[in-house]
Amino acid sequence: MADNSQYDKQNPAFYALLAALIFMSIGPVLLLFVNSFKLDVDIISGTSGLFFMPTIQNYETALCDILWYEPDHIDYCAIRFGGAFINSLIIALISTVMTLIIGCMAAYALVRFRFMGREPISFATLAVRMVPPAVLLVPVFGLWNNSFCIDNATMVGGWIRDVFGGRGDVCLAGTRAGIILVYIAMNLPFVIWILQSFIVQVPRSLEEAARVDGAGPFQVFFLVVLPLIKPGLAAAAIFTFRIAWNEYLLASALADRNTMTVPILIVNNTSEFNIEWGVIMATGMLLAIPPIIFTLFASRQIITGMTAGAVKG
Amino acid sequence: MSSQSFNRLTPYLFMAPAAIIMAIALFYPLLYMVFGSFRSWDPSQSLSETEFVGLANYIKLLGDEAFRESVSVTLTFAGTVVVAEMFIGVGLALMLDRNIRGMSLLRTLFILPMMIAPVVVGLVWRFMYHPTDGIFNRWLTQLGLPRVDWLGDHALMSVIIADIWQWTPFIFILSLAALQSLPRSALEAARIDGATGWQQIIHIKLPLMAPVLIVTCLLRLIDAFKVLEVILVMTEGGPGLSTEILALRISRTAQEFRELGEAAAMSNYLLLLLMVLTLGMFTFTRWQEARAQQLNKVKQEEG
Repeated sequence: MADNSQYDKQNPAFYALLAALIFMSIGPVLLLFVNSFKLDVDIISGTSGLFFMPTIQNYETALCDILWYEPDHIDYCAIRFGGAFINSLIIALISTVMTLIIGCMAAYALVRFRFMGREPISFATLAVRMVPPAVLLVPVFGLWNNSFCIDNATMVGGWIRDVFGGRGDVCLAGTRAGIILVYIAMNLPFVIWILQSFIVQVPRSLEEAARVDGAGPFQVFFLVVLPLIKPGLAAAAIFTFRIAWNEYLLASALADRNTMTVPILIVNNTSEFNIEWGVIMATGMLLAIPPIIFTLFASRQIITGMTAGAVKG
Repeated sequence: MSSQSFNRLTPYLFMAPAAIIMAIALFYPLLYMVFGSFRSWDPSQSLSETEFVGLANYIKLLGDEAFRESVSVTLTFAGTVVVAEMFIGVGLALMLDRNIRGMSLLRTLFILPMMIAPVVVGLVWRFMYHPTDGIFNRWLTQLGLPRVDWLGDHALMSVIIADIWQWTPFIFILSLAALQSLPRSALEAARIDGATGWQQIIHIKLPLMAPVLIVTCLLRLIDAFKVLEVILVMTEGGPGLSTEILALRISRTAQEFRELGEAAAMSNYLLLLLMVLTLGMFTFTRWQEARAQQLNKVKQEEG
């Protein structure tokens, strides 16, 4: 622990300001957490904020489709959160891993090699970095439903349907693979651009040394360069996962009943006039847990990623 | 393998997966959209069956009352949140740039709102703004004040407050990083010359932070045009069109009104705006780098 005398003494008003800021920034999250353990009666009446019987009923209702027992208070499992949670997990993890692998290879090529087409590719990547999901909605909806289809008759079509599931016809829409593809494409420009600033810092002499020892280009890359840019990879991984995990719009356009992700489920259950607050907040809390864990354990990487973004534009 | 294997194909092998995926799932869809925006396009048709209508979609949008309303809501929203967040964020950074215990914990807690799903943020704020059960109106009632119709009459303001809550920490953290990387010598010199706290901030800290602040501001502005889920969950664009930002309007035009051509034209307007901002940022950082290099050269020649 650092010695107290290293820190400046501040006046009490300063600490009061700090306390107020902390309360403001985590207050809503705490509210979500607390309410997810309340029955709807307690949430609505709200006589006292903190004195209530905590219950896990809301979580049982939300997770009813993957529970191993049948809770007494549920007659019919309406919210199929468990399945959506698994979908979200599969989609976010696969798209994060693939984006990272593909992205860091591309970033390496752009930083270390001079080749024909380098400038246009680098410029195009930069220009589409800011494309919002809303802009991709129309074309992705159209293409994934009409063009990116494989004829039912072919072997590949049947194989894709067996492996990824889908609506019966074998278009990309309605499959997890379809959603993963958009997420990879959407995140690649950002990942390439942020990893470039980390790869530039890797000393060339290390790569040269490995080459002299007889390593091939892929060996140099995977065994020498990758271990050195771990902090950058961590930052990029968190940001990619965050987008894939939280995204709603494109997933809602592409997913069907079986490939629905958690954000879709939350939006579907809030748009009704009469909201079951307890259950929906439990769902929200479950969706918020992975980002909260990342924040608590990898805040340094997150901050590195954010500042690399602004300072190295 | 020998060093001969570093041949001319290597960069293309590294680049190929990313190039192929982006070509299929990013650039082709964007071109497809530009193409579709010139057509009268119904979701049941495939694009080749549609009829070419020239600029009709774009012109129709310019005359469309609802679209213009949506543009003005978007600009109001983005402008207000960015200005407010810059003031609060930079102000807080200047105030909290001290050597105190637990600074890293503070930053960690501040990041939390940004990391949580927008859908969940919208959900929590919708609950807090609830007319009878929401925490704000309860506090107001306890204080004996009249209730406020947060998501009704003041919907746009409420949405803006939620965004300020979520994204001010972004600006705070970036400006804090900028502050802490300022050259100590300049600040020391000012202190010895007797500059007050305010004079230091206005004449030294802010000008030196300016490059980072401008990039931060542009990044935030671009992001402000992308906001969708928070507003969708809180108000669904209503009441009326009062919080229907462009992104939301695009998704409604496509999914509810089933006017894909018009939605594509709308997306193109938004895309153009964002491209201009992105390229502005790019040009600015290039210019900044060039200037820094020149300054270095001059210094070296003098030294």
